[in-house]
Amino acid sequence: MQSSATHFEFKPFNVARWVIWGLFAIILLLAPKAFSSNFSVSMLTQMGAVMIVCLSYNMLLGQGGMLSFGHAVYTGLGAYIAMHTLNAASNGVLPVPVSLIPLVGGIGGMFFAVLFGYVTTRKSGTTFAMITLGISELVFAMSLMFSGFFGGEAGISGNRVFGTPFLGITFGPPIQVYYLTAAYTFVCVALMYAFTRTPLGRILNAVRDNPERVEFIGYNTQHVRYIAFIIAGFFAGIAGGIGALNFEIVTAEVVGAARSGAYLLFTFLGGATFFFGPIIGAILLVLAFVLLSEFTKAWLLYLGLVFLFMVMFAPGGISSLIMMNLRLAAFGRLRHIWVAYIGLGLTALLGLAGVAAIVEMVYHLQLNAAMGPEVRFAGFTLNTELSHTWFGCLMLVVTGFGLFELARRQYLHDWGESQEFIEKEVKRREEAL
Amino acid sequence: MLSSGLTLIFSMMGVLNFAHASFYMIGAYIGFTLNSVLGFWTALLLAPVLAGLLGAFFEKFCLRRVHKFGHVPELLITFGLSYVVLEIVQLVWGRTAVEFQPPMELQGPAFTLIQNSLSGLSLVWGAASPELCQAADAAVRVVCSPFPATRGFMMLVAMSMMLGLWLLLTKTRVGLVIQAALTHPEMVESLGHNVPRVFMSVFGVGTALAGLAGVIGGSTFVTEPAMAATVGSVIFVVVVVGGMGSLAGAFLASLLIGIVQTFAVALDYSVLSLLQNIGISVGAASQDNALLKLTISQVAPILPYLFLVLILIFRPRGLLGKRET
Amino acid sequence: MNALELKNLHKSFGKTQIIRGIDLAVTKGERVAIIGPNGAGKSTLFNLISGRFAPTSGEIWLGTHRIDGKQPFEINRLGLSRSFQITNIFPKLSVFENLRCAVLWSLGYKYTFFKFLADLDDANDLAEQYMERIRLGKKRDVLAMNLTYAEQRALEIGITIAGGAEVILLDEPTAGMSKSETLRFIQLIRQVTEGKTLLTVEHDMGVVFGLADKIAVVVYGEVIAFDTPEAVRSNPKVQEAYLGSAQAH
Repeated sequence: MQSSATHFEFKPFNVARWVIWGLFAIILLLAPKAFSSNFSVSMLTQMGAVMIVCLSYNMLLGQGGMLSFGHAVYTGLGAYIAMHTLNAASNGVLPVPVSLIPLVGGIGGMFFAVLFGYVTTRKSGTTFAMITLGISELVFAMSLMFSGFFGGEAGISGNRVFGTPFLGITFGPPIQVYYLTAAYTFVCVALMYAFTRTPLGRILNAVRDNPERVEFIGYNTQHVRYIAFIIAGFFAGIAGGIGALNFEIVTAEVVGAARSGAYLLFTFLGGATFFFGPIIGAILLVLAFVLLSEFTKAWLLYLGLVFLFMVMFAPGGISSLIMMNLRLAAFGRLRHIWVAYIGLGLTALLGLAGVAAIVEMVYHLQLNAAMGPEVRFAGFTLNTELSHTWFGCLMLVVTGFGLFELARRQYLHDWGESQEFIEKEVKRREEAL
Repeated sequence: MLSSGLTLIFSMMGVLNFAHASFYMIGAYIGFTLNSVLGFWTALLLAPVLAGLLGAFFEKFCLRRVHKFGHVPELLITFGLSYVVLEIVQLVWGRTAVEFQPPMELQGPAFTLIQNSLSGLSLVWGAASPELCQAADAAVRVVCSPFPATRGFMMLVAMSMMLGLWLLLTKTRVGLVIQAALTHPEMVESLGHNVPRVFMSVFGVGTALAGLAGVIGGSTFVTEPAMAATVGSVIFVVVVVGGMGSLAGAFLASLLIGIVQTFAVALDYSVLSLLQNIGISVGAASQDNALLKLTISQVAPILPYLFLVLILIFRPRGLLGKRET
Repeated sequence: MNALELKNLHKSFGKTQIIRGIDLAVTKGERVAIIGPNGAGKSTLFNLISGRFAPTSGEIWLGTHRIDGKQPFEINRLGLSRSFQITNIFPKLSVFENLRCAVLWSLGYKYTFFKFLADLDDANDLAEQYMERIRLGKKRDVLAMNLTYAEQRALEIGITIAGGAEVILLDEPTAGMSKSETLRFIQLIRQVTEGKTLLTVEHDMGVVFGLADKIAVVVYGEVIAFDTPEAVRSNPKVQEAYLGSAQAH
């Protein structure tokens, strides 16, 4: 899908701005009413925390053009600091209320960002990415060495319920933790959005676009990156602190490369070019890790494939797809193309169902062969020993993707038409000015 | 070996291939399968070819498409590929390690180093007999270090690979074209060379080399899903420390890191014991200090990464690198 | 005191000497065109002055400040700005944003993240003014990467002058433009750089003779002539450098 990817700004109708933020606040407030089981509430808390992480990550990636492979270092170290403070507080050593623990995490994250960021941000591009990778591996390897701080294999655990309850709030029940998280989430998201509209935020964008030019308008590029890195580390640490409260345990994997990779993957999936992209990515991350992994063993594979396809065909992520279609709608062209979308969706579904069936069967053979040859898949029972099951799935794949190709051509045709229409319309409006 | 393939790809295409270790793994697993069917030496020939073909395929359909989006998406797509390969390998071959035995010719030691406190150092081809290794007198210390044939073979292949690559790049016409295509692809294309095909073959060769390393490494060490991860980070360090784009640098760096790690594990000193040896007495509290108590062997795993970070800070070109990204 | 002064400037890359001893003094408000055959070292000279490279030896003075060896942003803050031969703008920002970024430092906003851009009236007004001066007012919210080539070059100039620098370096500003575009563009340059000290590298002789007060001819890393256009036109060394190579065709 070709597009001159436009970078939308919310045009300041103040009404629209209040509406959107109000909606966000309302959703945050009412979500646990809709998903009220303890499990769901805990998931919502996780989503809130991950939203903060992904947004802070996108401060580096989407706004600053800095690809970091080690962002989890700052969330993780923030979490550790928060956990140690929590333990100190519950032992009466430090008078820190539970509600401020995430903030302590933030300060922790910021501290390490100041420390590591200085050397990390001296370089840019691929070198920067490699340094972040190196530091990530370094910290993870160190976690096994300094068991005093990292707690070795068992990690550090804590208790978030201690002392006298304030107004009846003990932070014991998950719902209370959720509302604390929601408050932090709202404030952090608002702050990070505000950042994009400040001089530093805009210059950060300029650094992303053209670091050399920035020097020639009077700014020290390195300095800009360093400050942005510290701010991102601060917010990352807050999210780490929330995680520490939510799980009441912190283990070494919170600083691991796998965690960093997940943040990267999902921020990118959600979309690095628009502010709300990482929010979508965060929601998907929690859903994938918590729910998808229950559904199928192959979830990492699917994830990897989705990521690959995203990078190749929609590098702006889901948010860019949404915005592109909103743009179509704004010009009244959406109705011309939704038929093609349905075609694409159905055929893709067919083909993918075939692939998924094959994958599930293979996994079944691998892992559960002792349980007999039958696999449940989408309500069907597939017998892995019958060759016609395999053949059937293969046919499904072939037909599905064959039809998909046809649908895709039609889609491209429709899309191209609409794009042309829009270009003409834009020109027309320009002339009219 | 791995590093030379990665260096090749990076210096030629400016693409840092995260999935390089994944092709190593692919080579190992394909080699394993072929080994049981066709024997080791055939597997040694075929598996890299297959790995190379897969690499070329990936380049043509995926990497090339992403190239126009910039460096970040390129990195990301190789990153995504590493995930996918890991999962597919686990899908096809299972999540536990598989038995990949080296062939008869390579089993056993190539030679044995005998360190006798009385008669000094001596060398015996093949395995040393037990009598030579045991001293009759308890006061005499004899240490027999067998040097496995598989390692020897690996070193041989690694050397010849480096040599071959270097010759290819600097002496042949193909090498010239590749070097030119790196910095001035349009020019080279207008001179009549099929630049995309060149890139594809370079990538393919790089991954084939990784596959070759995989066959050898997999049979020498272990063939399991985690092998890409364990090896992956170290080869990155090697390539970056050696200097991205320099084969000689990669060689030097891998030697350096290998030596340092071996010695670090063998040495069991810590800062504390060092101080004690010098005669400085330290208070009881400091004796317990976690940092000082760290022995070098405990620190060993992080040494490569420490190297990496330090090099990137002070000499981002690497030891012998020619270009800084 | 000169606006810009080069004293015995040398630059070698490895063993290759590119700049072999250049002395140049530009007075305030002067417009100097730098011409010379390809490979003479004109771009290198610009890169030396603007801080992209450090000279191997010699001094560069910007007014009373010595700037050789300084970082580009330090030099820029002292009042020198440059444009690039290959258009160097911020592609994913709009025209207005491009210009606004360019004025921020000179207005003292530095690394603030405690104020909103929308509230910075002086920055916004200044950016609007420059936008009108380079005649891109109609394209205010168009992303820089979607502009036409000539518009991008205009924006390039805009960014260069928006910081309020006194000394402006323009590197082949009309590169790649048609005849009519060039004429219009030179008018624009003349307007927006009024009162400033201007150094421009140019190949188009019509532009050079129309725009410049003085011409510096650089051949093989040396200045072989630095004089008014008429004097340079009749300078025998210059004629040999140009006509000599022309005769070889």
